[in-house]
Amino acid sequence: MASVTKDLQAAIAVTRFGLGARPGEIDAAKGDPQGWLKAQIRRQGADQPQGDLGSIRENFAALDARQQVIRNGAADPAMRREATAPLREGVIDEMLARARLAATTPAGFRERWTLFWANHFTVAAKALQVAAAVGPFEREAIRPNVFGRFEDLLVASTRHPGMLLYLDQAQSLGPNSQVATRQRRGGLNENLAREIMELHTVGADAGYTQADVTEFARALTGWSIGGQQVPEAQRGAYIYRAAMHEPGERTIMGRRYGTGGEDQARRVLADLAGDRRTARHLARKIAVHFVADDPPAALTARLEAAWTTSGGDLSAVAAALIAAPEAWEPQARKLKTPYEFIVSGYRAASVQPRDGQREVAVALTALGQRPWAAPQPNGWSEMAADWAPPDAIVKRLTWAQAFSNAYAPQGSPAEIADSVLGARLSPVTRQAVSRAETRPEAFAILLMSPEFQRR
Amino acid sequence: MTRFDLPTRRSFLALGAGLSLTMYGGGAFAAGAPMRQKLVLVVARGAMDGLSLAPPIGDPNYAALRGPIAIPADAVLKLDGTFGLHPKLDGLHRMIQSGQARLAPAVALPQRIRSHFEAQDLLETGGPRSYALKTGWLNRAVQAIQVAHPIQAMSLGAQRPLVLTGPIQSQSWSPGRPVNDSAERVAAVLQDLYANDPLLGPALASGLQTESMAAGMGTGQPVAPQNVAALVATAAKFLTAPDGPSIAVLSLDGFDTHARQGAAEGQLAVRFNTLDQTLTGLQTGLGPAWKDTVVIVATEFGRTARINGTQGTDHGTASALVLAGGAVKPGGMIGDWPTLADNKLFENRDLAPTLDVRSVFKGVLADHMGLDRSVLETAVFPESADAPAAKGLVA
Repeated sequence: MASVTKDLQAAIAVTRFGLGARPGEIDAAKGDPQGWLKAQIRRQGADQPQGDLGSIRENFAALDARQQVIRNGAADPAMRREATAPLREGVIDEMLARARLAATTPAGFRERWTLFWANHFTVAAKALQVAAAVGPFEREAIRPNVFGRFEDLLVASTRHPGMLLYLDQAQSLGPNSQVATRQRRGGLNENLAREIMELHTVGADAGYTQADVTEFARALTGWSIGGQQVPEAQRGAYIYRAAMHEPGERTIMGRRYGTGGEDQARRVLADLAGDRRTARHLARKIAVHFVADDPPAALTARLEAAWTTSGGDLSAVAAALIAAPEAWEPQARKLKTPYEFIVSGYRAASVQPRDGQREVAVALTALGQRPWAAPQPNGWSEMAADWAPPDAIVKRLTWAQAFSNAYAPQGSPAEIADSVLGARLSPVTRQAVSRAETRPEAFAILLMSPEFQRR
Repeated sequence: MTRFDLPTRRSFLALGAGLSLTMYGGGAFAAGAPMRQKLVLVVARGAMDGLSLAPPIGDPNYAALRGPIAIPADAVLKLDGTFGLHPKLDGLHRMIQSGQARLAPAVALPQRIRSHFEAQDLLETGGPRSYALKTGWLNRAVQAIQVAHPIQAMSLGAQRPLVLTGPIQSQSWSPGRPVNDSAERVAAVLQDLYANDPLLGPALASGLQTESMAAGMGTGQPVAPQNVAALVATAAKFLTAPDGPSIAVLSLDGFDTHARQGAAEGQLAVRFNTLDQTLTGLQTGLGPAWKDTVVIVATEFGRTARINGTQGTDHGTASALVLAGGAVKPGGMIGDWPTLADNKLFENRDLAPTLDVRSVFKGVLADHMGLDRSVLETAVFPESADAPAAKGLVA
């Protein structure tokens, strides 16, 4: 790191670790780039998007109300649309609030770190019911826990109704549970159990078997969501349903878990969170996210060591990332994801999106990354090359051009480029920006420059 | 509020057509004759349930294993004594009846995996096992074909599939606003700025070239991103454009039906409807070129033979594969039917595989795309001797 000047370090801190510079931000980080980043780590977790956003219970209540309307209105499509509209609008409001937070926060690293974990624990809006849960899931389960212990984050994610719905856990029934013996229908669903092992914790190469997945699924039975028959305060919230739980002891990855209720799966989660393979899996994924598709082994090792010595304390892991010299190499090897790209565009222009539908949902759909719409539970790709098919770069270009027409800032384009990219700005890009025909074209060139696209 | 400008005219991108190929490895293209043959790969993601696609209604165990999600015998479109087709696959049914499509009922990967992501990786890399290869088999196939023919491959949709990832720059297209004059001027500057960027440079060049092709062929109304029928129609236009690609890849998702899968109607039925639209859309859109076309529909694995506890099915092993197109050689089922007998289920849970998916891919590449056997065995599907190319798939 010694060879990297403070000026370049400041530019890297704001653009590689953060969400891109608002004018003046790189200057502000110059005194102590690492300190600027470290100051963004805080125990209480991420910032919360601001706005009139419903909790999971409120959104589920709205869903129930919609069901009621549809039932009463029989098949009247207009009534159905009218009843559904507020729920759809709620998701757009969530997208807008989240994008505005990202576009304006002075703590860009804190938000990037949060987005990493939100993607790691993907809950995607695959159906209206889950769509009503995606925003609350991120605000209630992820954001408060991103700088705490990984185990707490894992448990919060696993118990949240958003995840319980998305991965089909809420209905999963122990084959020998009280409910199953009574009603003779329903049974085990292993989706969540499998994805926790494969995606959230130890990873697909950890050597577990189908029997381990099934056993874990049995242990998880009973982790569910309160419906109409439970007291008001529990409706739409996580509840444990003892009558759905599969009785008996379980053996998972060679460990025995004695008979228990809700705590049985809780003990499994604790062991999975503390597993060395989880530390290794996540250390590498963090390094891939922030530094390179094929990250230096030394970096991965540092992160893994910070993880294991701290017992999975995510503040310690974030601090280790900031302190790692390998994370500060001058070459920017990652490509911004579409979301990071448009957010950094707003930051560069010192504006924020005003219309959640047009500026966030539609724009990001065209760029291939509609919020909370990852096609599969492994979330959005962390690999740079996956974001650079030919069409994707053309889509970025047409977005940059339209965005610049609307929002290109006043002032000297070259000076704006200096403030947005700092010491990362190359002379050739600076010259291209200053030679552009119009201010919007200058700004579009800046947004599309390799230095801005990469981080 | 400030509104984004919408371009008022569709511009023809002389720029994309001119600069790009000479700048970025265009020399790799051989000067040989173009190919008539077209190949379309449709990846059904999420583990498509073959037992619902082609319900084995003649199998004595089918109805009992599936219970309420078995496709009722009176609803299926009849094929033979054992199999029918899901009622939403009407177009495919007509193709099969007229000798333009065939099914393989029990196809699987070379390795038994139940993770979607590992399995999709394996399906697309074409390796003998997980993590053995990093590039896609179709990319390697294109590389081999380019020795003799200047062909291109294109993915449709916002994400590039792994099967086309590799040393050959493949094209890609998804619906969006056209590139206008101002964006063109910016693009001209970017081609210089991207000169040393191994990702951005070739990608922009190829993307502009495809845009220019799209402008030339007049795709007409803008295509909404979720409109699969329109996307398929556009794919067909690309495939039949004068300098268009010979190979196209599309992905359909939403097949991971763990809960409330449905039977003749329902969640999975909607996905089959989309699949049917995809196949008939290609047939219509390709017109006379349909007779030179093979479409492969493949998924990463099948689903459990038994219904699960939430009116769905979990991750299984073998699933059905579809071959369609005018170039498909008429014939019966591809590969054997293992039956759903208790003692035949893989791990007492899944339909057992009788055919390695690579055998189908190899058979099509050899007989349809003219790939040399030795190249197939070494470069395209290394370590695949245990999965010999299926014969007689292509007319």
